[in-house]
Amino acid sequence: MAKSSLTLTAVIAASLALGACAKKAPQQLPPDPGPAVSTGSTEGTSTAPAPGSQADFVAQMLGQDTIYFDTDKFNVDSADQAALQAQAAWLQKYPAKRASVEGHADERGTREYNLALGERRANAAKNYLVSLGVDASRLTTVSYGKERPVALGSDEESWAKNRRAVTITID
Amino acid sequence: MIRTSLAVLALLAGSPLLAQQSTPTPQPTVAVPADEGLSGSVSDESDWQDLGIAIPAFATNADVPTATSAGSTGALGYSLAQVITANLKNNGLFKPVGPDSLPRPAFEEVRTPSFDAWSGRSAEMLVQGFVRPGDGDQLLVGCYLYDVALKQQLASAAWQVAPGDWRRAAHKCSDMVYARLSGESPFFDSRIAYIAETGPKDRRMKRLAIMDSDGANHRYLTTGQTTALTPRYSPDYKSILYLSYFNGQPRIYIYDLERNSQRLLLQSQNPLFAPRWSPDGKWVLYSMAIAGNTDIYKMPAGGGAAVRLTDTPGIDIGGSFSPDGSRIVFESDRSGSQQVYVMNADGSGQKRISFFGGRAATPEWSPRGDQIAFTHIAGNFRIAVMSPGGGELRYLTDSWQDEAPTWAPNGRIIQFFRTARGSGKASLWQVDLTGRNERRLQTPVDGSDPAWGPLRP
Repeated sequence: MAKSSLTLTAVIAASLALGACAKKAPQQLPPDPGPAVSTGSTEGTSTAPAPGSQADFVAQMLGQDTIYFDTDKFNVDSADQAALQAQAAWLQKYPAKRASVEGHADERGTREYNLALGERRANAAKNYLVSLGVDASRLTTVSYGKERPVALGSDEESWAKNRRAVTITID
Repeated sequence: MIRTSLAVLALLAGSPLLAQQSTPTPQPTVAVPADEGLSGSVSDESDWQDLGIAIPAFATNADVPTATSAGSTGALGYSLAQVITANLKNNGLFKPVGPDSLPRPAFEEVRTPSFDAWSGRSAEMLVQGFVRPGDGDQLLVGCYLYDVALKQQLASAAWQVAPGDWRRAAHKCSDMVYARLSGESPFFDSRIAYIAETGPKDRRMKRLAIMDSDGANHRYLTTGQTTALTPRYSPDYKSILYLSYFNGQPRIYIYDLERNSQRLLLQSQNPLFAPRWSPDGKWVLYSMAIAGNTDIYKMPAGGGAAVRLTDTPGIDIGGSFSPDGSRIVFESDRSGSQQVYVMNADGSGQKRISFFGGRAATPEWSPRGDQIAFTHIAGNFRIAVMSPGGGELRYLTDSWQDEAPTWAPNGRIIQFFRTARGSGKASLWQVDLTGRNERRLQTPVDGSDPAWGPLRP
């Protein structure tokens, strides 16, 4: 267990180094552990979340529960791959867990198209997780289009954060 | 004279809303050749646009109580004239002067106006009417349009309405005046479905709501427990198709306006989007995503086997039938970005028609058949129209984000929603085909996804 985890970390580090290209959303990955994402998070380190819980997933992923996309795009690039590999490793560790991948779009698109685009993004993330060995039956997708932004500004930085697919494990 | 009119009404008293025209109005000019475009039909470039119209309070034979929100027949006569005046004024039609600044004619004057007095007020057209008790608690509303200079009656009609429908009589009268003077088809007696929005940008509550074309009789249909989007009135106004989330999955529902209940039209493991009626109400178009690929389908509105109409990789979504039901305009990103395509109603003959640079989305076929309204995205999101062949692009708006046009029943006005940069607040707007008469529609809370229904039966 420890060994494979270490190997994976090395892979991620390599991918991150390679993947630090022009593209993309938050320059400052991993982001602040904001209150929005982690439903069952704990304060500080006093009580660790229960292993295998969504709170544990969020804590372990350090922001990699979310991948980001370019405008109108849905391809999974190297930074996304690293995040999805981390997600897959966690999901392999807890084979009974199911997860939902939520796809989103930024506000600069029409409503219906963005619903379809969010679905396409969620599906791209799901497909990559499946290619890493996660059983497809454990994963569902949902799209909220542009209806549920996390960043509230009307600027490139906010839009980059909103073009995303978020994996949420189901407790 | 009045007796004749009443006798005609009595013959039709069984019907909930009578529409008896004693003077034939011109037939609506529906059949405009597709390639004729807008020539000669841009509304405010016509002479009639400058006509001064006097609309004094409607007369009554006796001021008696009614079961309406407006009060007695006397008060109702005043309100009727106000609604008509506001209809014309708010839509940039003519130069109406309402009951606030005009003398109220006596009941006997309704059919014999004092033309000389009115021409002294520089009114070119005169709308007079009456309101009086009808059968049971119903009301009789008469409406007359006169040419003051010619001293001639141009049109007249009377309707018997239930108390709760009194505003419809004012809309019918507005329609009669508008249609007779402009030569266009009527549109005031119609309703709008839309999505009412409240709450912060990242947690907007989205509810299905309906209202009359002038914003009156507003009603919320859903509670906001689940997100509702993209409504469409059925052609007979009995129901509304819309999208709603159920357990995180978007599905297509029908809201039954007679029973005030919703039912699931279509169930699938796959997300469903963009429900649309065919013009005859017999078919429903919808879009379904399977593994990241969205296509357009058609199914009988009463249920039954669906037919897949598109099969290219990518997002094919939306759809709007031509008025004769033979063709469908839709959007697809098969070429790499959102563009507008036309196909036959069976899915054959798919052809891209938008070649303007940028992206082209949310196409809606005009009820007249001569134009397609859509959202053009190149920097700003703008409402635009083009011919069904893809020519004659004309922008109607220029704002940061306008999207989702919907046509007035007569194809002369378009509503859409505008999103404010930053706050994300959405509001309903309308613009006529000249692009010059643009105004915001007042709604109790923010609004998006307007869907203008047809003229009411």
